[in-house]
Amino acid sequence: MTTGYANGTTTTFKIQPHPVDEVGIKERAARLATRSIKKSSKIEGLKLALSMIDLTTLEGADTPGRVRQLCAKALHLHSARPDLPLVAAVCVYPTMVRIAREALKGTPVKIAAVATAFPSGMNPLEVKLEDTRYAVGEGADEIDMVISRGDFLRGDYGRVADEIAQVKQACGRAHLKVILETGELGTLDRVRLASDLAMAAGADFIKTSTGKIQPAATPEVVLVMLQAIYDFHRKTGKKIGMKPAGGIANSKQALHLLVMVREVLGPDWLTPDLFRIGASRLPNDILMQLEKERTGVYQGVDYFSND
Amino acid sequence: MTDTATISKGSDWGYAPAPESTDHIRLKDRYGLFIDGKFTPPASGKYFKTINPANEKVLAEVAEAGEKDVDRAVQAARKAHDKVWRKMSGRERGKYVYRIARIIQERARELAVVESMDGGKPIRESRDVDIPLSAAHFFYHAGWADKLSYAFPGKKVSPVGVAGQIIPWNFPLLMVAWKVAPALACGNTVVLKPAETTPLTALLFAEICQEAGLPDGVFNLVTGAGATGAALVKHPDLDKVAFTGSTDVGKAIQKALAGRGTKLTLELGGKAAHIIFEDATIDQAVEGIINGIYFNQGHVCCAGSRLFVQESVEEEVIAKLKARMETLIVGDPLDKNTDIGAINSRAQCDRINDYLKIGVEEGAELFQTRCSVPGKGFWVRPSFFTKVAQSHRIVQEEIFGPVLAIQTFRTLNEALEKANNTPYGLSGGVWTDKGSKIFKVTRGIRAGVIWANTFNKFDPTSPFGGYKESGYGREGGRHGLKPYVELT
Amino acid sequence: MSRNGHNGRLDVRKTYKMLIGGAFVRSESGRALDVEAPGGRWLGHVCRASRKDFRNAVVAARKAAPGWANTTAYLKGQILYRAAEMLEGRAAGFETVLQSIGLSAPAAKAEVADSIDLLVYYAGWSDKYLQVFGAVNPVASSHFNFSVTEPMGVVAFVAGEKRPLLDLVAGIAPIIVGGNAVVALSTGRAAVAAMELGEVLETSDLPGGVVNLLCGLRSELIAQTAGHMDVNALVVQGGDAKEAASLREACALNLKRFFLRPDRSRDDEDPYRILDTVEIKTTWHPVGG
Repeated sequence: MTTGYANGTTTTFKIQPHPVDEVGIKERAARLATRSIKKSSKIEGLKLALSMIDLTTLEGADTPGRVRQLCAKALHLHSARPDLPLVAAVCVYPTMVRIAREALKGTPVKIAAVATAFPSGMNPLEVKLEDTRYAVGEGADEIDMVISRGDFLRGDYGRVADEIAQVKQACGRAHLKVILETGELGTLDRVRLASDLAMAAGADFIKTSTGKIQPAATPEVVLVMLQAIYDFHRKTGKKIGMKPAGGIANSKQALHLLVMVREVLGPDWLTPDLFRIGASRLPNDILMQLEKERTGVYQGVDYFSND
Repeated sequence: MTDTATISKGSDWGYAPAPESTDHIRLKDRYGLFIDGKFTPPASGKYFKTINPANEKVLAEVAEAGEKDVDRAVQAARKAHDKVWRKMSGRERGKYVYRIARIIQERARELAVVESMDGGKPIRESRDVDIPLSAAHFFYHAGWADKLSYAFPGKKVSPVGVAGQIIPWNFPLLMVAWKVAPALACGNTVVLKPAETTPLTALLFAEICQEAGLPDGVFNLVTGAGATGAALVKHPDLDKVAFTGSTDVGKAIQKALAGRGTKLTLELGGKAAHIIFEDATIDQAVEGIINGIYFNQGHVCCAGSRLFVQESVEEEVIAKLKARMETLIVGDPLDKNTDIGAINSRAQCDRINDYLKIGVEEGAELFQTRCSVPGKGFWVRPSFFTKVAQSHRIVQEEIFGPVLAIQTFRTLNEALEKANNTPYGLSGGVWTDKGSKIFKVTRGIRAGVIWANTFNKFDPTSPFGGYKESGYGREGGRHGLKPYVELT
Repeated sequence: MSRNGHNGRLDVRKTYKMLIGGAFVRSESGRALDVEAPGGRWLGHVCRASRKDFRNAVVAARKAAPGWANTTAYLKGQILYRAAEMLEGRAAGFETVLQSIGLSAPAAKAEVADSIDLLVYYAGWSDKYLQVFGAVNPVASSHFNFSVTEPMGVVAFVAGEKRPLLDLVAGIAPIIVGGNAVVALSTGRAAVAAMELGEVLETSDLPGGVVNLLCGLRSELIAQTAGHMDVNALVVQGGDAKEAASLREACALNLKRFFLRPDRSRDDEDPYRILDTVEIKTTWHPVGG
């Protein structure tokens, strides 16, 4: 693995390889999963997790009606419980941003748009930049971009970094999440390299996956990225956010994520400004768990709205 | 969003108490000795108390075995060996040991809770490591009982006879497994003395032997302290002695057995070198340090207690180590989130604190985490010393607590020299991402167990034991059978 | 097999199905074979496996093989021991079945007991045979050199008919302990005991597809076992020298490894049977700074 240079519109920089032992990191992830989160810390943790969710719909079949329904759910997770926090954002395709903007007008819920020829990224840079500018113009607060995995796997790190830097410019005031699509990168060493590269190139958040392939946000991938953020902060003082996405469907997984964030990065990162969870089915599972804590009995799916 | 001013405050979300349930635990008020298949009172009528080191509460009274009891136990073991166990086919013997393994699995949670209560180690460790490994040892050795000729090609294999076994308090049930499983599988009978601060899981193990229908006298348990151990070692009708504990006592035992033909294996202390090269996977190496010296409260003979970090990565390793140490939760062993439990006894706690004082007096610099510790009970916060010299007592002597001595090195040869510069030779560790370097270093460290890019890993198939003053003989694997057989 | 009603109660007879990919199925050909007791009394039907069944079984075995190969030795041992527990629990039932196809009561009892003990025997080899058959080799250059065993993959096994249950257990156990998936063929009356064994395996946490049990006509199927290009080894019991020669020849198509097993019980407990169906892989790595 060699160091790489970016020849982009911003400053040049160097990436150091940082090897990762797969067995060791899986053991650490497994041990963190044995943390027992009960009673008040379970309730607090679940509510914290809710406030970090990017409620997502990214289907070719999305329509204004579907997106409006999603936004309604974002604002009314379960009206029977008024003490619940709002989710952090909704996440939609660029052509749905305007609909979401209308539905969420006057609320603190942010609008994240995927861009840059999501999910594959297989379009010329100009098209991807235009995609970004369009979404921002339609009112997106946040842009979730994809890196060019093909270029990355070929070792053309300069090009990958350059693209990120240019998309960051095109974002203007919107914040940028860089999706690494870890399931396509092959090794944890590469996940680490991609994380370091994305942060150096200007990412505000690094994100695991598009959610369109498996594996997505496995615990060891999340840990590697959190460790990368830790080191970046140690070196530069900058705090970069992290977003796991894909396959996070239940409360146990959500709490495991919070444990990892807390023990690797510390309490400072336990805020939606620095940690998000990309999910669609997760809120209802959290709601069921919260109801179970309140009533003492296990819940059924019929008692919670699907959207 | 990287503008610090606009990031909202993080949550101080923490972990609520997560106590392991203990209402299914039924301890007797008083336990007898286990001799010839029955629980019986000690000849002297004397009992001693065993306490929970996390809160100093008395858990039970345990019999104190004297010479008469030890003699009765050895006789029972001899009779069982001559009349029953030696005559039984390996296949049938193996099936008894399989039953024991299965019952350990069935009673796993109860054993884990009692282990934590009696010894101080966190329930997560007893539950996830000690008890499953104990069952695995019995499963592994059960399978050897009718296959021993394959382990020793070209030799006729027979049992040694009656084995006297003395075990320590750091992994009470696991030490029972390490000793008893190979002994029984190879056709020997046993008299075992557990440590006086941790007799309870051994007593439950005796119950398990009853439940398995193990023939009377094949396994015998004599509880007591140093005097009981001495009486056992002295007994003239033992064919073999196996001891795990301090080097000093190990030497005393070798002296005591000098004139006799008794076979002896010793598993003693250590002061392992844990070497981190600049090309290591640093984050996992830091986790390796934690596993090496802080888990099980550092009560591990093979603990990585001397860290050697390559000078070019010293700053990074120490900074990350400190941060990681601060996330270790020290507290009630029965809380599922506890990482570091109670020190096993007041005596051991005092000993560790003495070393902390000595280290400071010697001129080393002490770092300790800031975690809270409970009021009652025996506790030491995870600690390390920097600015140490090889000659310091805290670098030379085994502390047996969560205390690490950190030094730096420049070259591989320098690291090896320093690693081997000790009378001990139980274990060692090396972290490097370069394969050839792994093998060069593992070949160069003079110790019986070397971990590369991992630490403190145990498996019943993997032989364990030391060089030099860390003892002799191996436990586990094919090599671990040898101490328990006679080859002709 | 068929039990007559007593006390006026009609018993519910078992349908004997084959075990393929963790499911109990009939032959895709729909054909069946009659099973008769030695005296001629009709006992019931078993499936008559077709070449397609064999093919499907090989597909199932191949699918299961990688996961089984990666299962820890400890877990494999646990699963085989569990199979022994399950067989022990059904001992009386198996004795009845064996008696119905002609064994005397003492012979049936002995065969079931031996089968249980043989499962325990091989369970105990799972985490040990590598210590006996593997090696670290003292090469004359600065290299760390070690040899390990690896499963061959998919092994076909044709059981003898003399010991309906024990032949099957003695054939299958060492093959799967070595990490292979197996397609086993049982023929004649022995098939009845074989299909019952499937129920024991299915309740032992053995992953589906690791052991596949077919029954049918030896003459119809044995050429399949030797000719199939995705089978790595063939173990055969019974048959004559002529059959063995033609099988060996057919195995040459893909260099299938071929093993002939005798019918003798004193050979049952033998770790070298595990060695038969594993490969040896030797790896080198430099030792240096």
